[in-house]
Amino acid sequence: MTSLSNVTKGISRSGASTAPYEQALWQELSAAIEFYHHAPDALIQVLHRAQELFGYLREDVVQYIARELRLPISRVHGVIGFYSFFSRIPQGKYTISVCMGTGCYVKGADQILRGFEKALNIRAGQTTPDGRFSLRCVRCVGACGVAPVAMVGNDLHTNLKIDSVKKVLKAYK
Amino acid sequence: MTLNELLEWRDRARKAMELRLGEVPPSDPGAPFKRREVLICAGGACVSCGNAAVITAFRDNIAKRGLSDYVKVVETGCVGCCDLGVVIIVMPDNVLYRKVTATDARTIVEKHLVGNEIVTELLHTGENGEPYKSPGDMPFFNKQLKIVLENCGLIDPQSIGEYVARDGYQALGKALFEMDPQEVIQEVLASGLRGRGGGGFPTGRKWSIMAAAPGPEKYIVCNGDEGDPGAFMDRSVLESDPHRVLEGMLLAGYATGSHKGVLYVRAEYPLAIKRLQIAIDQAREKGLLGERILGSDFGFDVEIRVGAGAFVCGEETALLASVEGKRGQPRPRPPFPMQSGLYGKPTMINNVETFANVPPIIRNGGAWYSKIGSPRSPGTKVFALAGKLVSTGLVEVPTGTTLREIVFDIGGGVPGGHQFKAAQTGGPSGGCIPAAHLDTPLDFDSLQSIGSIMGSGGLIVMDETACMVDVARFFMEFCVDESCGKCPPCRVGTQQLYHMLTKITNGTATERDYQNLQELCNVVRSASLCGLGMTAPNPVQSTIRHFREEYEAHIFNHRCPSGVCRKLLTFSIDQDKCTGCSLCARNCPASCIEKVDGLKKYTIDSSKCIHCSACFDVCRFDAVLKV
Ligand SMILES: Cc1cc2nc3c(=O)[nH]c(=O)nc-3n(C[C@H](O)[C@H](O)[C@H](O)COP(=O)(O)O)c2cc1C
Ligand code: SF4
Ligand code: SF4
Ligand code: SF4
Ligand code: FES
Repeated sequence: MTSLSNVTKGISRSGASTAPYEQALWQELSAAIEFYHHAPDALIQVLHRAQELFGYLREDVVQYIARELRLPISRVHGVIGFYSFFSRIPQGKYTISVCMGTGCYVKGADQILRGFEKALNIRAGQTTPDGRFSLRCVRCVGACGVAPVAMVGNDLHTNLKIDSVKKVLKAYK
Repeated sequence: MTLNELLEWRDRARKAMELRLGEVPPSDPGAPFKRREVLICAGGACVSCGNAAVITAFRDNIAKRGLSDYVKVVETGCVGCCDLGVVIIVMPDNVLYRKVTATDARTIVEKHLVGNEIVTELLHTGENGEPYKSPGDMPFFNKQLKIVLENCGLIDPQSIGEYVARDGYQALGKALFEMDPQEVIQEVLASGLRGRGGGGFPTGRKWSIMAAAPGPEKYIVCNGDEGDPGAFMDRSVLESDPHRVLEGMLLAGYATGSHKGVLYVRAEYPLAIKRLQIAIDQAREKGLLGERILGSDFGFDVEIRVGAGAFVCGEETALLASVEGKRGQPRPRPPFPMQSGLYGKPTMINNVETFANVPPIIRNGGAWYSKIGSPRSPGTKVFALAGKLVSTGLVEVPTGTTLREIVFDIGGGVPGGHQFKAAQTGGPSGGCIPAAHLDTPLDFDSLQSIGSIMGSGGLIVMDETACMVDVARFFMEFCVDESCGKCPPCRVGTQQLYHMLTKITNGTATERDYQNLQELCNVVRSASLCGLGMTAPNPVQSTIRHFREEYEAHIFNHRCPSGVCRKLLTFSIDQDKCTGCSLCARNCPASCIEKVDGLKKYTIDSSKCIHCSACFDVCRFDAVLKV
């Protein structure tokens, strides 16, 4: 399930053997690296692009980035591990981010989180077995005025109540 | 572009915005319709409330009624009253409609734009149902003083022309052609502006230190990390008036002899990043960024760097590490960033709101600014109001405004007949202010004296249903998660503090734990390397200071007076309210909810209850009680 299974197949710009879609992704990634002139200090920006393209930071992608930016692989993994935005495991089709910032917390965000956990039968940080939803907590998405909120992908759902959980999920079935 | 061209551009752009600026031309009596502008809020909250459908509905209906030559639809930045989204304002009539849907859009077109009649039922109303026509009639707006937010909700953030119409880039022109760098710094010093990122360091002093740093390679960094959970001021400024931040950075560059700027924005703000990039592209195209700006010798350019979800990256040395593509871990200072910062070069870091204050200071003079608000921290402050308030959103008030004015006059007080209990400022580095201190003026020094901090401007109001120990535990959990792990007092200390607070909320803490908690707070404060660790004990210490009796109730009486700490609550079912729907019983993981023999009622066997609160959460009839 983790990206480690990809290590073997991915060392040398592995796109060649895979589908054209995959090749397009590699091209986009390579373009991003060109845009930053292979500068090692662009690592975080390049990782963002890679995660956007591939959905998560697969081991072969990480190795490719390390090589292109001339950085030791350990440095790259150190950075990925440090920042909560980066993920090394595949995410569900939709990521539900329940805000647990202060504004949402005082308005009952923990109840909303429990509601999602119950409805999806997973805990925060997990993905449903059908790969549809990942659930995670985030700290303040800057919509505290309409708290409590949750994001599904990039869509913001505001003023949530415990009953809204099912409604929100239904919209992404 | 030259300075003269900029002035001409401003006059032209102003003309184009005359309806909005209240400089209304005499209407043409022969015209079938009045000329109007419909401003639709495109701030983060209104986008999520479905403003796209409202915009489409306006465009369609305006076209359908043949109004296209008379009415223009403008997407603006955040108006501020985020709880009323989608907010629209019709100009020049200055009428604010709230909670507008696509259907309402049609009504507004028919009645207001065609029929010249105000749609009363879509106006916001006061406590006693009195309708408010204009923003200025609403208590939420009429106590505010907008300097930083002067354009928010008025201009289209994606249009450089509208910023220019509002005297945008005039301060830059004035600085480049009428002032030498030292004079710019003098004005900032005279304004008394203090950094809005939380620390309150005098901005003019910072700029003069930077001006003296050896060049020519020096960096200006804008801190747009805004990690304090419960704060969204910087986000709104970046999304609603991005050029203002660029102009502030340009002025800093000119004043300090720096030619490169970096805007560090957190990844959680995709809309801000998008609008900033548009603003940068426009400014470059117009020659307001790049070489020889406005034909002067001064050159400056900026670049955006996106964070990746780490609160500590708001700390300046961690931020610099992150810009360099490294793990965002703080390092000891000195050397300070202005001695050795980005790539080892002198680097000056200011907050978004700090930069946003500078253009009006240069336009109107430092003396003008210094007369606003409290003498020791002059100017205005933007607060993000959230929590248990009637009106939430973004407000800007002169410093020194009291907490009471913000909570009760602007925020409309606590809804639902609840009582004000505390306001939290400064996020995980700040503290809780109890009702007894409601008359504290909000400025850097007064807040510090009562054990909180101004912080970046998050202000969260809590009512009597909030447990202060639980709130302290909440912030400590945040610090545990966000500690970068570099130094043990913070890495281990915050974890221990969190465990102790958890014990208290579970009712298993002893008096000894309570003493240890207070001692450890002092250790973490004094021994941590960076501000995160040094201020992590603040929420604990401030709640102990102002709400000691709540801690003691948990520890000595095993009671949570606010009914929050689940482990200390007894769950029971109100037999009068229970309808026998069985929902709770089906959701109880401990199977301890049973049907009462012969009745359509349920009851809880509290000896088996594991205090998960599932029954309370699911009951639709408020029949489950927790005390
Ligand atoms: C843990 C931590 C987090 C911080 N987060 C922010 C932040 O999100 N935004 C910000 O402007 N300053 C933040 N600061 C303060 C900055 O380090 C720095 O003092 C500030 O950006 C300076 O700008 P100013 O002088 O304009 O206030 C943080 C500091 C610490 C210790
Ligand atoms: S105080 Fe905390 S966040 Fe700061 S350097 Fe130490 S461990 Fe890292
Ligand atoms: S959910 Fe509420 S109403 Fe239904 S059985 Fe339980 S207590 Fe009674
Ligand atoms: S709190 Fe949980 S365990 Fe206790 S009765 Fe309610 S559902 Fe059952
Ligand atoms: S606390 Fe949830 S959006 Fe700010």
